[in-house]
Amino acid sequence: MRKWIIAAFLIAAIAGCASTEETPTPDDKAATATTTTPGAGTSGATTTGVAPSGVPAGASSGLPGAGTGSAALKDPRNILSKRNIYFDYDQFTIKEEYKPIVEAHAKYLQANRSARAILQGNSDERGTREYNIALAQKRADAVKNLMLLLGATEIQIETVSFGKEKPRREGHDEASWAENRRVDIVHAGE
Amino acid sequence: MHRLILAALAFMVLAVAPASAQLTIEIVGGAGTTVPIAIVPFENESTWPLGISGVVAADLQRSGLFRQVSDAGIVPRPSRAEDVKFAEFRSRGADAVVVGSMRPQADGRVEVRFALLDVVKATPLTAMTYTVTPAQFRATAHRIADVIYEKLTGDPGVFSTRIAYITRQGGRFELVVADADGSNPQAVVGSNEPLLSPAWSPDGTRLAYVSMENKKPVVYVQSMATGQRQVLANFRGSNSAPAWSPDGRRLAVTLTKDGGSQIFLINADGTGVQRLLNSAGIDTEASFTPDGKALLFSSDRGGTPQIYRLTIASGAVERMTFDGGHNVSPHATPDGKGFVFVRRDGGRFMIAIQDFATKQVQVLTPGPLDESPSIAPNSKLIIYAAQQGSRGILAGVSSDGRVKQRLVSPAADVREPAWGPLPR
Repeated sequence: MRKWIIAAFLIAAIAGCASTEETPTPDDKAATATTTTPGAGTSGATTTGVAPSGVPAGASSGLPGAGTGSAALKDPRNILSKRNIYFDYDQFTIKEEYKPIVEAHAKYLQANRSARAILQGNSDERGTREYNIALAQKRADAVKNLMLLLGATEIQIETVSFGKEKPRREGHDEASWAENRRVDIVHAGE
Repeated sequence: MHRLILAALAFMVLAVAPASAQLTIEIVGGAGTTVPIAIVPFENESTWPLGISGVVAADLQRSGLFRQVSDAGIVPRPSRAEDVKFAEFRSRGADAVVVGSMRPQADGRVEVRFALLDVVKATPLTAMTYTVTPAQFRATAHRIADVIYEKLTGDPGVFSTRIAYITRQGGRFELVVADADGSNPQAVVGSNEPLLSPAWSPDGTRLAYVSMENKKPVVYVQSMATGQRQVLANFRGSNSAPAWSPDGRRLAVTLTKDGGSQIFLINADGTGVQRLLNSAGIDTEASFTPDGKALLFSSDRGGTPQIYRLTIASGAVERMTFDGGHNVSPHATPDGKGFVFVRRDGGRFMIAIQDFATKQVQVLTPGPLDESPSIAPNSKLIIYAAQQGSRGILAGVSSDGRVKQRLVSPAADVREPAWGPLPR
């Protein structure tokens, strides 16, 4: 896995891609859902209860010369363009090799107090959908907790889980599963 | 926030849209002992396209408890109890026989009569008459099958119930509601983002479900009659695993808003959030027992994912599963006797059932990736999600493991079944 990542970075850096690893991708079209009714009439989703949790677009403060402005997030030469943390089966412990990535994003948030990030947790296909929502959430929370220790603040980070619902690879083998046991770091406005 | 508003504004109301994925249901494993039953075509039924006795026969056959005996050669065909010559049916090996007739009435409706008779004892068992429109023939056939099933097995029939399930075709997800035999599928939600965890309200008028259209899990409650829906829970973080209380007034949900997946109670209109359980790790997959007094749930509080039971009044928590390192997704059986769940053993995920009183566990399915069990309201059949090749299918198994069914959609990946309640 590690060699694959390094190779991918090198290739992408040489090719000058805007980002080396895909940011998690829900499609860019505005997500819509349609509901059907037997008769005429309008229906709209009404939200009740407590505050919606949308992440507002963060304004980057872009400290001069520090390389921690929002451009750094997309610079393939910058560790901030790395967004994926991978996990072992049934685990939510962050492996040593990924800690530098987590630290870099924590420092970015520390330097840009109005910046916001979402951590999206994912799991492989094995196990029930709901238990996987919880397990993937635990992965996202582990990354968040480490980021809080390293300088980010609570209000800057929201953790959500996709469970096994949005796999990046759909095979029924360990290679696919390993790819899907993952937390993606998404910065507001992306 | 902006994305939420956009999603709400983009809502459109469509006329009821037939879903593309029609399920067909096949029996793939037999029960062993089946009741041999002859179902004689109803007098005049060929006047209409449906073939009402055929729907009755298919329902009984699909339950795995009946074996159809042909009435070929019995002339004239009896249509009333008094016309049945028991010896003719006995010689064909039938234990029971169904006869009936359909007579158009002046007002355009049709009188449907049937009788069920015990061939061995040579006595009538029951007879009913329904006056219905042709549009109601299929539903009437299901009711007739329910009556026959209950008379001959002692358990309520579930042929008049509906099932909900999720389909995925390419990037498109739908929440579909169909008759229990797979007929009349109708998509009640369509989305480009995943849908999961459909849950019927106890009175069958609403469906709760989880949608990721807002790029995070959010719980909705939707009216079956109108298609209108309301956000039940959209707190910070993830909102999932809705489970209705037996009185239909509240739901248990799993929320991560206070850090970690934890179980809360919430009113069906989204108000009144109340934390139910407190653990440092994962608590999720709540299921109320039918008396409403307890909640089964999955938790890793003991180190591995296991099933626990919370007594709501006292707050006491008791561990329920002890065998194996991964037992999750409990669903209390409607008869109050136990729960169905998902068990992982040697890397395979299987459906199992545990009895409260004896604590005995019976594994019902082979795996390797079985999940999402839902029990019929008569506690006799379990529908669940399985893999066939690389495709998701639904499967059925009887609560004693003997009858096996497969429900296949030709086009789509199918998952997350939920069995609806008995009609009122």
